[in-house]
Amino acid sequence: MGNDSVYNALVEIVGEDYASNQPEELYMYSVDSGTEGPRKVDYVAMPKTTEQVRDILLLANEHRVPITPMGANLTLNGLGLPVNGGIVLDMKRMDRIIELNKLSRYVVVEPGVTQGRLGTYIEKNCPELEHSRPEAPPMATVVGNIVIRGHGFLAVKYGNNASQINGMEVVLPTGEICKTGSFSVSQLPFSKGPLPDLSALFCGWNGTTGVITKLSLKLFPKRKTMDIVGYAVHDVELVPDLLWRITQTDMVDNLFVVGFVFGDSGESPQYVTVCFTGDIDEELEHKKAVFQKIAEEFDRAAPGKVEFLYPVTEMLTSRFIEKPPYVSPALAADFEHGGGYRYCGAILTVDKMPQAWRTGIELARKHGTNFLSGTQIMGYCHSVNFCFVYPFNRADEESMERVRRAMRDTNEAVLAMDGIPWKAEVEAQKLISRKMDPNSYNLIQRIKETLDPNGIMNPGNWSK
Amino acid sequence: MADVDYKEIIHRCFRCGFCKLSYDYSSVGFNCPMYHRFRLETYSPSGLNWLIRAALIKNDIEWTEHLSEILYSCSTCGNCVETCRFEFGEHLVNNFIAVREEILETQRPVPKMIRKFFENVYLYGNAYREPREARGNWAQGLGIKEFEQGDEYLFYVGCVGSYDTCSQRAAKSLGKVMQKASVSFGILGEKEECDGNEVRLLGEQGLFEHQRDKNVELFREAGVKKIVTLSPHSYNAFKNHYAGEFEVFHYTQLLRDLIESGTLAISGKFEATVTYHDPCFLGRHNLEYDAPREVLNTIGGLNLVEMERNRKNAFCCGGGSANFYTGISAKGKDQASNARVREAYETGATILAVACPVCLLMLEDAVKTEGLDEQIQVKDISEIMMESLTN
Repeated sequence: MGNDSVYNALVEIVGEDYASNQPEELYMYSVDSGTEGPRKVDYVAMPKTTEQVRDILLLANEHRVPITPMGANLTLNGLGLPVNGGIVLDMKRMDRIIELNKLSRYVVVEPGVTQGRLGTYIEKNCPELEHSRPEAPPMATVVGNIVIRGHGFLAVKYGNNASQINGMEVVLPTGEICKTGSFSVSQLPFSKGPLPDLSALFCGWNGTTGVITKLSLKLFPKRKTMDIVGYAVHDVELVPDLLWRITQTDMVDNLFVVGFVFGDSGESPQYVTVCFTGDIDEELEHKKAVFQKIAEEFDRAAPGKVEFLYPVTEMLTSRFIEKPPYVSPALAADFEHGGGYRYCGAILTVDKMPQAWRTGIELARKHGTNFLSGTQIMGYCHSVNFCFVYPFNRADEESMERVRRAMRDTNEAVLAMDGIPWKAEVEAQKLISRKMDPNSYNLIQRIKETLDPNGIMNPGNWSK
Repeated sequence: MADVDYKEIIHRCFRCGFCKLSYDYSSVGFNCPMYHRFRLETYSPSGLNWLIRAALIKNDIEWTEHLSEILYSCSTCGNCVETCRFEFGEHLVNNFIAVREEILETQRPVPKMIRKFFENVYLYGNAYREPREARGNWAQGLGIKEFEQGDEYLFYVGCVGSYDTCSQRAAKSLGKVMQKASVSFGILGEKEECDGNEVRLLGEQGLFEHQRDKNVELFREAGVKKIVTLSPHSYNAFKNHYAGEFEVFHYTQLLRDLIESGTLAISGKFEATVTYHDPCFLGRHNLEYDAPREVLNTIGGLNLVEMERNRKNAFCCGGGSANFYTGISAKGKDQASNARVREAYETGATILAVACPVCLLMLEDAVKTEGLDEQIQVKDISEIMMESLTN
C-alpha cells in the first residue's frame, strides 16, 4: 500500500478496488469532456455508504486535503474537477433507488443513480409517474443535475429540478450527517415542510457546503400520449412574444427553441418545439388546433414570418417521445467530428433572447467557431436558459482555445444582459462574484466558512 | 486488422457514457462488465478511449502495466458498439483490439496472465497448459468417433469445452444429442487446436494467424466442409475471421434445424422455469438471438422467461477476451457474472440456460459464490436438450 497515509486511509474506508492514486485514475479524473483541465488530482475514492462519505470527510479535515464531489462529470465546465487538487469523491457507487412512493409521488435516490436508470425504473415500477428528465446523457446523475440547479423536460410546468426536492440527507464538511425537509422531523421525505429550506444550502454551491447522500425528489403525473408541433420563426424578434403566447395556453409540457449558424450557411430560423400531452387523442387534437391557431395569428400580424410545422422531424420525435431517446444533445459533440463542445447556459429574461442570439453569432464570428443555441423555457416564461453552444475539435488545440475565448466573452456578455451564466466554471464564478452585491457575496462566504471551517470542500469555487 | 485507424477517430469520444449502459438504459444496472466490476471512470470504453489517447497519441501519461490491465479487463462483449450514439461507435471493439496489437508490437508492459495465455496456446494448443493428447479425453466412453472423410459435420469443441470439467458437461451432452439425432459427425480429438478467437481479441495477430492457418490446413486435410461449434467464441472466429470456405454453425442453429426438419424429435419433457443468457459472441457479435430460444421453446414443460437485459441488451458474463482465464476483470463478488446470476434468480427461474462453455463456467462459479446453488442451476442448452430427450 506504500507509505501514503491518506491513500492508505482511503483504502481502509472504501476498499482497495475503490481508491486510487495511480496515474491513470488521476488523469481520468483531472479532465472532463469540455475544454477545462487537466487539473491536479491526488486521490480518487468511490464510497458506497453515507458512513464512508463521513469517514472520508473526517480524514480530509484531519489532513487538510481538499474534497471534490463528482457525479457523472458532465457539466462540460469542469465543475467535477478539483481546483486545488486533493480527493475526487466519485459518488456513482452509491446507486440505490431507495423508495418510490406512488401515492405521495416521490422517489428517494442515492447520489450515484443515473437519469437513465431512474427513468427506466419509474417506467417499469410506476408508469403513471415521471420525473423531470434533463436533456443530459442518461449517465448524468439525478443528484448531480439538482446540485447544479439543472432542469428537465417538465421545467415549463414545474421549474428547475432543484425546486422539486422534498429533502435530503447530507454529510456536512465537518462530518455530521444531517437531514433536511420533512426527513429532519420524520422518516417520511415527502415535503420540504414548513421549515427553513436547508436543502437550498446544497444546490448551486458547487460542492462547497457538503455531500448529498440521499435525496427525495418529486414525481409528476405522466399523461398517456404526447405529440409535438413546431414553429419555424424567420424573425428572431418575434420569438419572445410567440413563447409568451404559447405558454399562456397552459397546455405546454415542454418548450424549446433551437437555432444555428454553421460555416457560411447563414442563420437558421428559430425552431420552436412544443411538446404537449393528453389522455385521449381528441385532447391532443384540440391542443394541436390551438397551437396552429397561434401560428395563424402571428402570420396575420407578420406574414410569412412564423411557419407552423406538423408533423415534426423524426429527430425531434426521437429526442422527446422515444423511450429511450436515441437523439441526444451529446451528438453536438460530433458536429465537427471533433468530440466536444462547450456551452454557456445563460439564465435570462425571455425578452433578451433576440439579443442573445445576435451576440452568439457575433462572438462565434469573432472567434472563428460554429454556433448553435438551444433555449429551454423555464416556468411560464419566468426565465429562459439560453445556451450558447460552441463545438470544437479535441484533436485541434487551436480550435479548443478559440472556444475557451468565446466562452469568456459569452460569460461577460451574459452578465451585461443582466443574465447569469448557469453552472458557471471557476472563471465565470469570479465574474459573477465581482458583479454580485457585496453583502450577498459576503453572506455566501460566511455560510461556507461556518459549514467548512477548514476550507476542504472544493476550495476555489465561489470566490473572487 | 481494424478497418479504421483508431488514431483518426479516438478523439471524437465525448465521454457521454452511453457505452456504460444498455441500449434501453436498463434499471438493473450498468451493462459494461468492466465498468460494472470496477466502477472507476478508467474502466469503461470511454475511459479507455481517453487513456489510450493520453498515452499513445498525446503522451500525457506513460503506458503502464496498470493501463494494460485496464485495457485487458475489457471482455470485448460489444455492448459499447451497440449503445454508442456516435457513428464511430461501431469501431470501438476493433479499436481496443488494434491498441492491444500495438502495445504487444511495441513491447509495452502487458499483464503476466496475458503473456502466459499466448505462450500456452502456442506451446500446447490450449490456454490451460494441458497436454494435447488429453484434449479428447472428455469423449471417452461416449462412442464419439474421430472425424473422417464423408462425415457431414466436424464437431469443434474448443479449449474450454475440451478441458474445463464444468464445460465438458456441455460437450458430452451435445455429442449425445447429435448421436440421438443420427447426425453424421466426428471430432478431431487430440488433433484439435485452439480456434484463436481470444488470441485475436487480445491483439496477438501473429499467433491468431498461426492458429487459423493450422486449423484451416487441418480441416482441409480432414475433408471438413461443415463445422458445428460448441462455443460461440469458436463460431465467431471461424465465421468471421477464417477464410470462409467452411460452412459454420453454432450448435443451437443445428439443433433448431434438426427439430424443424423432424430429424430430432423431442418426446420427453423438461419441467422447469428457465431463463436464457445470451452469449456475446452468439448474440451481439453474430446477431443470433433466436435459435437458442426456438430450441428451448420446443421442449415440453419448459417455461422460458426473460431477464430484463436480454438479446442486444444482454449483460456479458465477463469472461470474454480470455477474462475467464486471466481473471483480470473476473474476480471478486462485484464481477459481472455474480450480478448476472442474481438477475437470473430474480426472474423466478430455477434454471439459467446458456449456450456457451465460457458462460457456463463463469456463471456456475458465480452461482456458488452468490450462495444460490440451492435456488438456481446453470445448464447449457445441450444439457437441457439431452435431459429432455431422456426424461
